[in-house]
Amino acid sequence: MHAIEKILARASGNERVAAGEIVTAKVDMAEVNDLYLQVVKSFKEMGGQKVKHPDKVCFVLDHYAPAPTIQSATNQKAMREFVQEQGIKYLFDINEGVCHQVMPEAGIVFPGMVLVATDSHTTTHGAFGAFGTGVGATDLATILISGELWFRVPEVIKIQIDGIPQKGTSAKDIVLHIIGKLGPSIAVYKAIEYCGSTVENMSIDERMVLCNMAVEMGAKTSYIQPDDKTMRYIKSKIDREFEIFTTDKDYKYAKEYYFNVADLTPQVAKPDNIDDVDGIDNVDKVEVHQAFIGTCTGGRLEDIEVAVQILKGKTINPRTRLVVIPASKGVYLQAVQKGYIEELIKAGATISAPGCGPCLGAHQGVLAPGEYCVTTSSRNFPGRMGSTEAKIFCVSPATAAATALEGRLADPRKYILMEE
Amino acid sequence: MHSIIQGKVWTFGNNIDTDQIYPGRYLELTEHSDIAKHAMEGADSNFIKEFIKGGIIVAGDNFGCGSSREHATITLKNAGVSAIVANSFARIFYRNAINLGLPVITCDGILSKVKKGDTISIDLQSGIIRNLDNNVVIEGDKLSEHVLNIIERGGVIPFFKKDL
Repeated sequence: MHAIEKILARASGNERVAAGEIVTAKVDMAEVNDLYLQVVKSFKEMGGQKVKHPDKVCFVLDHYAPAPTIQSATNQKAMREFVQEQGIKYLFDINEGVCHQVMPEAGIVFPGMVLVATDSHTTTHGAFGAFGTGVGATDLATILISGELWFRVPEVIKIQIDGIPQKGTSAKDIVLHIIGKLGPSIAVYKAIEYCGSTVENMSIDERMVLCNMAVEMGAKTSYIQPDDKTMRYIKSKIDREFEIFTTDKDYKYAKEYYFNVADLTPQVAKPDNIDDVDGIDNVDKVEVHQAFIGTCTGGRLEDIEVAVQILKGKTINPRTRLVVIPASKGVYLQAVQKGYIEELIKAGATISAPGCGPCLGAHQGVLAPGEYCVTTSSRNFPGRMGSTEAKIFCVSPATAAATALEGRLADPRKYILMEE
Repeated sequence: MHSIIQGKVWTFGNNIDTDQIYPGRYLELTEHSDIAKHAMEGADSNFIKEFIKGGIIVAGDNFGCGSSREHATITLKNAGVSAIVANSFARIFYRNAINLGLPVITCDGILSKVKKGDTISIDLQSGIIRNLDNNVVIEGDKLSEHVLNIIERGGVIPFFKKDL
């Protein structure tokens, strides 16, 4: 069995499970974000009265943080009331940040768990050896009532990554390159496991980026085998029992892909498809009106750190806006303590409250018709960040920072190499 | 519900994502009748003006990719879409559609067999799709019994209510 199958076997009370089988699994943590008052509505429509395991539920108010409209404020208010009335253990309010950063930081993510959230990027938690998957509101409501959900056990695709990446390329470039090669639907209904020496050498922040973007290939979940680095992170956050599963030697993957990233250049996903990816050298250096560094894909401390490395002591191009949104309160605080926020403000950045920001086109930097944007977020669909006539390039934090500096799509390597 | 669905076809291409189905700027809406007003707005602004209730969406690969937003299925269902046929569906969208009782049928190559404005019928039991304009018969994937049960009850909410 694959480690993912062992997780689902444990959670469903089965000795063995196999790909294709439908199992009903107990959910260790269910997360609801503030896009989904529908969860509460569906819960009530189903006749739900009491949340079955209020200690295994969290609400994260991150997509509209802080509320930009009366409607979103009203939705958040109704959620806070539901949390209160049901005795739900975790409420991460508008001061906390993006769920996929907040949950691991809060110590509610651990290897071998089943984590279900109303957010497609829940695949992120594979970086900790968890089974994380996104669902809609009604599925989540059934978990609130029953504590369980049915799953089809997924086949697993193995993606091995080797080679030491060049300075100025990062996990984001690697995963964009992989999506460019494999396409946006290669893993629909399947899981992706990342392995190889590059992954082993990656920090936890970087591994989260790989797993986060697995959903952009259609993946239901993703997985990285926990190692010492994972355990150091987990142990620093929690003190509880959990089980680490490992894949049997005779397990047969649905597909195996191999990438060597030693010569990889910074990558760009061009508008409007996440798999339309090319190296920075081959992309027109168009004028860019906004650069955005943030979200569950690209708003972690290392992302802010690399931006500061490029922008320190300089000023961004006057025709370009740079919006920086730390992924969480924890990230924000560390960035303040290290002096990064001061450097970014001096360079001309606009800093906004931790949360999803303009990634979903709701607030904090939406795009006007005809504008071009580079973003460290995960999607460049038409209209994703505002006008359907705006154009979005998905890039790494380094590329976003270099672009803000030059006012045009820019290669970050020259700035990073200069530092050496 | 009847296991035969019939309606006029409205076509879309590959990788129609949830932002095109239901743009993010409307995510704060909670009333289904309000949500219905923005169906497919990011992909085709004429859709909501011209779509005839009961019609069927036909699309290419990976329909519904992207976000987990249930609004994407709520908007289509409440705009009157009676079924969606596509080469393939993104996982979360597929699940959401079944949960709301909106039939989603996988049928590889469907776009080459029907065009916008054709009338088709879908037999949910067998997966057989008929183009009533040219009598072409196409075999789609059968829905599993579990899924068919949920759809026949009008979605997972009534299904679940019964079991409580």
